[in-house]
Amino acid sequence: MVDNWLYIGLFMIISAFLPAAAITIAGILSPKKPDKIKNSIYECGMETVGETWIQFKAQYYVYALVFLVFDIESVFLYPWAMAYGQLSLFAVVEAIIFILILLGGLFYAWRKGALEWI
Amino acid sequence: MTPMHIVFLIVAAVTLFAAGMVVTTRPLMHSALWLILTLGGVAVLFAMLDASFFAVVQVLVYIGAIAILVIFAIMLTRHIAEDTSPQHNKGWWLPLVGMVVLFVGIVVGLSQWSGFETPLPVLPAEANNLVLFGQALTSPDSYVIPFEVASILLLAALMGAIYLGTEGKRGKK
Amino acid sequence: MNFLSDPVPFLTNWLNGLLAGWGLPTVLVHLISYVIGGGILATGAMLLVLFLIWLERKLIGRIQDRLGPNRVGPYGLFQTLADMLKIFIKEHITPEGADKVPYELGPVLSVAAVLMVWAVLPFASSTRGTDLSVGLLFIFAVGSIGELAVILAGWGSNNKYALLGAFRAVALLISYSIPMLIVLLVPVMFAGSLSLNDLVLKQTVWYIVLAPVPALIFFISSVAEVGRSPFDLTEAESEIVSGFNIEYSGLKFGMFYVADFLHAFTISLIFSTIFLGGWRGPGAVQIPILGFVYYLIKTSVVYFLVVLMRGTLPRLRIDQMNNINWKFLTPFSLISVMVFALAAKAFPGSLRGHVLVLLSANALILALMLWAMNWFSAHRKRPVVVSHRRHEIVPNKDVSA
Repeated sequence: MVDNWLYIGLFMIISAFLPAAAITIAGILSPKKPDKIKNSIYECGMETVGETWIQFKAQYYVYALVFLVFDIESVFLYPWAMAYGQLSLFAVVEAIIFILILLGGLFYAWRKGALEWI
Repeated sequence: MTPMHIVFLIVAAVTLFAAGMVVTTRPLMHSALWLILTLGGVAVLFAMLDASFFAVVQVLVYIGAIAILVIFAIMLTRHIAEDTSPQHNKGWWLPLVGMVVLFVGIVVGLSQWSGFETPLPVLPAEANNLVLFGQALTSPDSYVIPFEVASILLLAALMGAIYLGTEGKRGKK
Repeated sequence: MNFLSDPVPFLTNWLNGLLAGWGLPTVLVHLISYVIGGGILATGAMLLVLFLIWLERKLIGRIQDRLGPNRVGPYGLFQTLADMLKIFIKEHITPEGADKVPYELGPVLSVAAVLMVWAVLPFASSTRGTDLSVGLLFIFAVGSIGELAVILAGWGSNNKYALLGAFRAVALLISYSIPMLIVLLVPVMFAGSLSLNDLVLKQTVWYIVLAPVPALIFFISSVAEVGRSPFDLTEAESEIVSGFNIEYSGLKFGMFYVADFLHAFTISLIFSTIFLGGWRGPGAVQIPILGFVYYLIKTSVVYFLVVLMRGTLPRLRIDQMNNINWKFLTPFSLISVMVFALAAKAFPGSLRGHVLVLLSANALILALMLWAMNWFSAHRKRPVVVSHRRHEIVPNKDVSA
């Protein structure tokens, strides 16, 4: 069991090492001529106006919150799905109630306009 | 010192160091990134304990959802994130004393608990554990009530978050 | 087992025997064989990208009624090598004020997140990286590391447009994870296990036959996760000003595209493992290399579908993408899980009856989906463009009524 994770850990190191090695080789092979204009931040060809501060829409946060709730819901449902073969109809109905409650939450979010992009 | 011990020491050291950096580093975004490293360290500890499901759920939920939520929250309050004034106050030694006392108390209390030294029974193969877990979650004499209450809790959290999040829209209407 | 029918375990045993013969302890033998196996797998995946880029350019060219690359080498096969050489020697321009660690980590984590999926895929009945018992959730966990890479890239660039683009991209990625996670409950229900090898072993009937609607929802969500057309708002050429990779140059920029193409192939691999039966086929258990060939054929079919979608469909707007996900895919994935849970449990029986019941459940959900789409388009608010006025045709005068 830990054997599997050992392989995953080694594979993680290898798969992070390969692109890093490639980028390092490319960094050695490429010319290095830093120039003030070349290194300036891209803003459609103009100078940067104002600080790097953007109007962060609250909509992103609402999407992340709804995603979090449904993520945790699916994490609860995965063990149930694994045990599905041995479960009785009663247990299946319980999980359906679980899903229905959260489906109700999704419709509440829909009606309140929390899922609109604007 | 088996290799497992050595790996555990390294992972624990990295996790603790990252946790320390979360609270001491100045730029707020760097705190969030160190937090991600801490959560990853905890996931590796879960994997070493043979709790594969919890390791992947830790990465999936904590790093994939909660850390991203934290980063979005930092972005929402950007002018606070730019604040790099000194973060200490004068009475920093008092909480330190309190914390050390609490930590020593917990360690002493735990070491006197009988379960500290007893080795746990070895469970059968991993996949069977999850099936048992799923059965326990939905069987009437086990954890079905917490299961359903969890869904209502999530619903309440969702509704509360939407209420707070759509304040601007309701204000406009 | 001999070399021709079962190459990988044969080579593994030979290597283990060789290393043990040199007197190394067993742990070190395992470690070295893991490192070599993992290295070959990762390198093979990266080299495959060269072929995939050429294949995609040729296919897109043919879909657009042109030839695609055909100058460099026979049929343009070495075009990708030429592009790679060019991108290797381009200068790495670092923007001023960029946060060094997130900036450098972004492309590396992006590629690493896709490569790590290859560790759990079963390539043949005896060949896989490792048979992790929670392989399916592991794929999503490394997907979340990919989302992290996007945020790191956008933040590290010190550019407000890159940051904005990164947040849009991450908002889309996390939104489309929900239907994927929920709809994969259906194959897990059928197989009773999260391990990908078990999923393949239990597919005596392919799951796409038993559950076509979840397969469709999974396919659409995966294509959106990769960021492929029609969901490629975050990397489109005309939108690249608000993309998260504008401050990258040289191979770092190239790495994002390597990750993109490899991810498209990886979702084809995942789809054919879960829904098309992986390496299953006639004679695949006795001759494992035949299983590998079947796997490649199925994956190529799915990959061709992905490229076809890219070449044919127009790009969606971001509010359309969000609407599709939250108002269509998520409710229907939840509904399909509920319907499948009831259908598979309420009528247990022989396999053929099982298949019929499940197919009719699928037809029910499909009918619901079509009805919902109809309802949506009928009730869409359309802006009034022309007011209704009567126009008179008056000869020899201004016709501006």
